[in-house]
Amino acid sequence: MRYLSKHTFVIGSFMVLALFPLTASTYGMDLVSKVMIYAILALSLELLVGSTGLVCFGQAAFFGIGAYSVVLLSPMSQGASLLWSLPVAMLMAAAYALFVGALSLRTKGVYFIMVTLAFSQMAYYVVHDTDIGGGTDGIYLYFRPELPGIIDLDQPVQLYGLILGSLVLSFSWLALILRSRFGRALAGIHANEQRMRATGFSTYPYKLAAFVISGAIAGLSGFLFAVKDGFVNPEMLSWHLSGSLLVMIILGGLGHLRGAVIGAFAFTLLEEFFKSEAIFHTAAKHWHLGLGLSIILSVVLLPKGLVGIPEQLSNWVSGRKTTRATAGKQ
Amino acid sequence: MDLSIFLIQCLNALQYGLLLFLVAMGLTLIFGIMGVINLAHGSFYMAGAYMAYALAPVVESTVGGGFFSVIALGVVIAVLLGYFLEWAFFSFLYDREHLQQVLMTYGLILVFEELRSILVGDDVYGVQAPEWLSGTIALGDVMSYPHYRLFVSAVCLVLSLGLYLVLTRTRLGMMIRAGSSNREMVQSLGIDIKLLYRIVFAAGVAMAVFAGMIAAPISSVYPGMGNQVLIICFVVVVIGGIGSVQGAFLAALLIGVVDTFGKVLLPEFAGVLVYVLMAVILLWKPNGLFKAG
Amino acid sequence: MSSTDVLLSGQGISKQWGGLVAVDNVSIELQTNCIHALIGTNGAGKSTLIDMLSGELPASSGSISLQGRDISAWSQPKRARAGLGRSYQRNTLYPNCSVLENCRLAAQAQHQRPWAFWSNAQRCETSLSRARAAIEQTGLGDNIDSNAGLLSHGQKRQLEIAMCLATRPKILLLDEPLAGMGAEETDRMLALLAELKKKHAILLVEHDMDAVFRIADKITVMVNGQVIAVDSPDAIRNNSDVQAAYLGGH
Repeated sequence: MRYLSKHTFVIGSFMVLALFPLTASTYGMDLVSKVMIYAILALSLELLVGSTGLVCFGQAAFFGIGAYSVVLLSPMSQGASLLWSLPVAMLMAAAYALFVGALSLRTKGVYFIMVTLAFSQMAYYVVHDTDIGGGTDGIYLYFRPELPGIIDLDQPVQLYGLILGSLVLSFSWLALILRSRFGRALAGIHANEQRMRATGFSTYPYKLAAFVISGAIAGLSGFLFAVKDGFVNPEMLSWHLSGSLLVMIILGGLGHLRGAVIGAFAFTLLEEFFKSEAIFHTAAKHWHLGLGLSIILSVVLLPKGLVGIPEQLSNWVSGRKTTRATAGKQ
Repeated sequence: MDLSIFLIQCLNALQYGLLLFLVAMGLTLIFGIMGVINLAHGSFYMAGAYMAYALAPVVESTVGGGFFSVIALGVVIAVLLGYFLEWAFFSFLYDREHLQQVLMTYGLILVFEELRSILVGDDVYGVQAPEWLSGTIALGDVMSYPHYRLFVSAVCLVLSLGLYLVLTRTRLGMMIRAGSSNREMVQSLGIDIKLLYRIVFAAGVAMAVFAGMIAAPISSVYPGMGNQVLIICFVVVVIGGIGSVQGAFLAALLIGVVDTFGKVLLPEFAGVLVYVLMAVILLWKPNGLFKAG
Repeated sequence: MSSTDVLLSGQGISKQWGGLVAVDNVSIELQTNCIHALIGTNGAGKSTLIDMLSGELPASSGSISLQGRDISAWSQPKRARAGLGRSYQRNTLYPNCSVLENCRLAAQAQHQRPWAFWSNAQRCETSLSRARAAIEQTGLGDNIDSNAGLLSHGQKRQLEIAMCLATRPKILLLDEPLAGMGAEETDRMLALLAELKKKHAILLVEHDMDAVFRIADKITVMVNGQVIAVDSPDAIRNNSDVQAAYLGGH
């Protein structure tokens, strides 16, 4: 029963997203596009945190590198070909993930968290301070990538379609690899890495592979974001984004792919809520306060995230206690 | 680069490194003993700096005190704040996973940032060093070096030494070190572990606040200073090695050198250099320079 | 391979932590058809020795060979893939999975295929069949689909062994498999070990002296990191050094 409802929920959501443009305003489509891109980014982080137990606090770097790649590598006078600019953006992000992963996966626990944050700051300062990144003002993408005659991303519906398609593909592919032998090995490493080593799994290559895959998918989301907005700036690599992504996946529910997607939607809604001047008037400029308190509360009150609400409710109704999500304390 | 400029940069590097070590020690202490990673540690540093700015007129008009009275008041507030925060918030984090600690303290950063914004605003402020430290010492014919920076270096050095002696030579230090590795044993010896943790936490907060206060005349007071120092502290801990005090000290000085000379020699890459240093060291020693102890 | 080939041999193995010597110049041999028990007081260095043999801990000095090959520099996963299996004193099972999945994942170590992202792990016949064989052998067949976290303690210890067997090892390093077991469960486990020794070389670290003397073919006694005797059970029982250092006070 629960198996069916999980799948129906996911498929149903994708269908709703597919039909959305029929009724939506440009603002609505833009907002939903943004959320879908963050959902892809959150999915990439879920692979690391929820599935493998690697708490990476530097995901924004791979996102930003994917974004900057498409802008920096596009010709000045026309749109790049979608056929190579998309894979190249993913490749650049994956390359940085390989570098960061190779150095940081030798560390464990909190140190891993710190190292990943530090490496993402390194990328941030490269685009922020040096000429490569065009500095704090950022750079514009003058022509969107295209597939002449087939795909024209200046059409909002086509762009929306590309983003939705990327989300569905990323989700499906991640679901596939998580149930494969590779994915089961990652789950084993998450649960008890030492046991996996004693059994005969060389865990470092597995973790590095997960890291690179995660980086590539994050690069994809960065590519899409740059193409959508036509503009990139260093704040795309800020650690605030990395922090927000962690909030998204824990808010949605760790250990579940749909949790990443739900979390992206919920978090963006939360942000828009606190930023809204219609509701908070002048206090809206201090929206970080409400957001910060919400983050703290959600960690305390929703141990299994939004995905766990049905279970929490049924436990509450029947008087059972929900177990705290403390699988595998580091 | 002539000799006096080189000397100035060396002194700057030393001063920055020592200040960094003080802040990093507060972070490591809290993490090493209570197992809590506190992202809001940088916020305490920022709070110290803003307190140095905001409390100065208050202290001057009420008791006529100067810089050091402000610092004393700031440290007292810090200890009380630390005590309260540990009781109200951080004690809940002890048994939680690192990810949850990261998120809750990240939420705390956001809250602190906005509280500061509401109370004091978002502007950049300057803080004056006390009169008697405002002079400079001559270095060669043309160059001179501010007394205040020498003062900061000296204070940080003395405090670091004091911290080291307390940790290694006193009963309190022994209890603290034992508490980090074996909570139950310490409790069975009749020591109140909750009180111990509260003291350690308050001390960590006080160190960060104090560092922020004395740094204020040098670095000025600006909104992003807390987050900036936090991340560099992470680099100190990573380079220095897990749980190693000597490592953290060496790392802080190394970072001081790289950052200071980087700003002078390669200004465009100055921000990146510290991380490049970290990458190089991790290539050579995957777990940092030293192991614990 | 004759029935008494030496499969694993450790020569002059030592482990030092700064000034402290945890294991001092220990040599040990494991052959098929021989359950080699390792006994000693707490802190004698038994767990450290097993950790070094399995590769979890690097030895300060000494060498280890597997069927004649020097594996001293091999990582733990590499040794495990070459046929060196170990079980742990505390349960290391995955509590949220079924017994079958626990063993299947272990068996997967010998048939990893990480690039095959399209294939469902739960349909991997190789790992499934090896898992089922190991589960049958350890007598957990009735619980094959039970959640591992819900098993009784004795069953969990059996699962520990099953996970080890699922990798089809040649050598079994068993760290206190009888820990916390009742009489009936102990009998079952000993019968299993007697069956297993026919095809595996077994090192058994145990505190349960009755069980050790019932099942062991050879006993090594360690005290303070050093080997004080290696002999048959009867000889060990009558060894005055051993009695003084260990058996008397236990």
